[in-house]
Amino acid sequence: MTKKNKSMVQRRLIPTYIFLIICSLISVFPLYWMIAAATNTSLNVARGSIAFGNQLLINFEHLKNAVQGTLWSSLGNSFLYATVQTIFTLFICSLAGYGFELYHDKHKDRLFGIILLAMMVPAVATMVPLFVLISKVKLLNSVWAFILPGISTPFMIMMFRQNSRNFPPDIMEAARIDGLPEWKIFFKMYMPVQKSIYAAAGVISFMNAWNAYLWPKVVMTDNRAQTMPMFIANITSGYTVDYGMTMLGVLFCSLPTMIIFFILQKQFAEGITGSVK
Amino acid sequence: MENRRKGMTLANKQLAAGWAFLTPATILIFIMSFYPIIQAFITSLKKGKGVNTVFADPLTYNYTRMFQDGIFIQSMKNTFFYLIIEVPIMLVLAILLAQLLNNKDLKFKGLFRTCIFLPCATSLVSYSIIFKSMFATQGLVNTVLMKMGLISENINFLGTPGTAKAVIIIALIWRWTGYNMVFYLAGLQNIEYSVYEAAKIDGATGWKTFWYVTVPLLKPTIVMTAIMSINGTLQLFDESMNLTSGGPANSTITMSHYIYNQAFGQGVGALGYTSAMAFLVFIMVAILAFINLKVGDTRD
Repeated sequence: MTKKNKSMVQRRLIPTYIFLIICSLISVFPLYWMIAAATNTSLNVARGSIAFGNQLLINFEHLKNAVQGTLWSSLGNSFLYATVQTIFTLFICSLAGYGFELYHDKHKDRLFGIILLAMMVPAVATMVPLFVLISKVKLLNSVWAFILPGISTPFMIMMFRQNSRNFPPDIMEAARIDGLPEWKIFFKMYMPVQKSIYAAAGVISFMNAWNAYLWPKVVMTDNRAQTMPMFIANITSGYTVDYGMTMLGVLFCSLPTMIIFFILQKQFAEGITGSVK
Repeated sequence: MENRRKGMTLANKQLAAGWAFLTPATILIFIMSFYPIIQAFITSLKKGKGVNTVFADPLTYNYTRMFQDGIFIQSMKNTFFYLIIEVPIMLVLAILLAQLLNNKDLKFKGLFRTCIFLPCATSLVSYSIIFKSMFATQGLVNTVLMKMGLISENINFLGTPGTAKAVIIIALIWRWTGYNMVFYLAGLQNIEYSVYEAAKIDGATGWKTFWYVTVPLLKPTIVMTAIMSINGTLQLFDESMNLTSGGPANSTITMSHYIYNQAFGQGVGALGYTSAMAFLVFIMVAILAFINLKVGDTRD
């Protein structure tokens, strides 16, 4: 292609660029504003200031005292719950996906079909019976209450199942001839070669757990067990809202997932589209 | 036991291993999804509170009660309003953006993609609070509109039914368009470039190529994103709870929000009634997913 041609192509793309720039700005602005607002006084935020201020430390002091001073415990809880849930999800769902794909027969395929039906079950429909169940076994306010409904999901099982297709059965046969037990084939051979899919599933699972709100709100009745999204929701529930402090709280809640997003964007994209192949 | 295991043939061993691998996940799904949905249905036929529940007479008592409950009907209307307005706008915008970003002559593709995808990194509560603050009566949007001279006095966006609904829809589009775009980008990458070349040779213009080549090839992706969006919208909770608190006067409350209030709000806890409403949401999700699958069946 000649130089002239190239510049013509680019010139024709100008409306596209303008449209994409506008969309990008709209997408990024609220997050920029959140960060800027976290450094301003409530009054300045309300006045529409979008420049950085010098109130960050004062806002931080206020935030530390908000909701009975549960900032650190909320952050810690969120990290704990999300990490534990991710580990269990990765293990149990990959095991199932592997089993459904590489040991598949008529019965297992039928069972898989039934499991997929769980995708249609909305969280709001199971919330009350599950709450009753969890409180009966005295697990309210525990990490188990948080993770149990979220560990095994049809989406994750499907994702691992689809991606197990590229694991060659010949290797398994060879391993069996060498006398390797079935479970060792999974741990020693399957897991290491599926690293990228574990990363994608891990990112999506952690993000989902970190951002969960309805279910934790139901089972975490004690302030000391609350998660970060619950903490920031509690800050704003009063009549007067300190915008600077609130936005700093929102920033605290968003920072971990945003960092993951920037570092592992490819895995995140693969994660959400994971079961589509 | 040890002897028996040794006595198992290799094929049996494999069979047992296969079942063992999928057992934990399967049990969890049965206990955490299927058992509670059946339980919800049984409870929905009952009356009374706490341990003193009895089967209602007639059994459909809670279901008929729902349709005489003004707030529940309102919450249903609101949810479907969000669904009908937001999902089509968002999906069309997502396809359009994906199509634009799929141009091989475009520069800064990665940057644009990252920016538009970025809202997905925020939690639903976070962005609800951000939008709530931006659209507050003494907030950024009002200040900007005022400075531009477009309004003469601050608008109470979240205190007026129409604008409050609009803010929720804007917020939803902001949060989810990039998410759906990623699916379309993945779908577009599976379309061979030669298909477009062929369309060009046949004299198809940009829009025609999009409509007659891209959209049919993306059909499975479109159906899937539609199912996910409908499913998500029917279960909308965080936004209603944190952006508008369902107000003003329940004009923005969603079904999930109302069900939550009925189950865990102050002074209520009529589990039978709550379960009936929740079960209705399940039926809606199931029916809509079924219709969507039928419409999108690629075997026709």
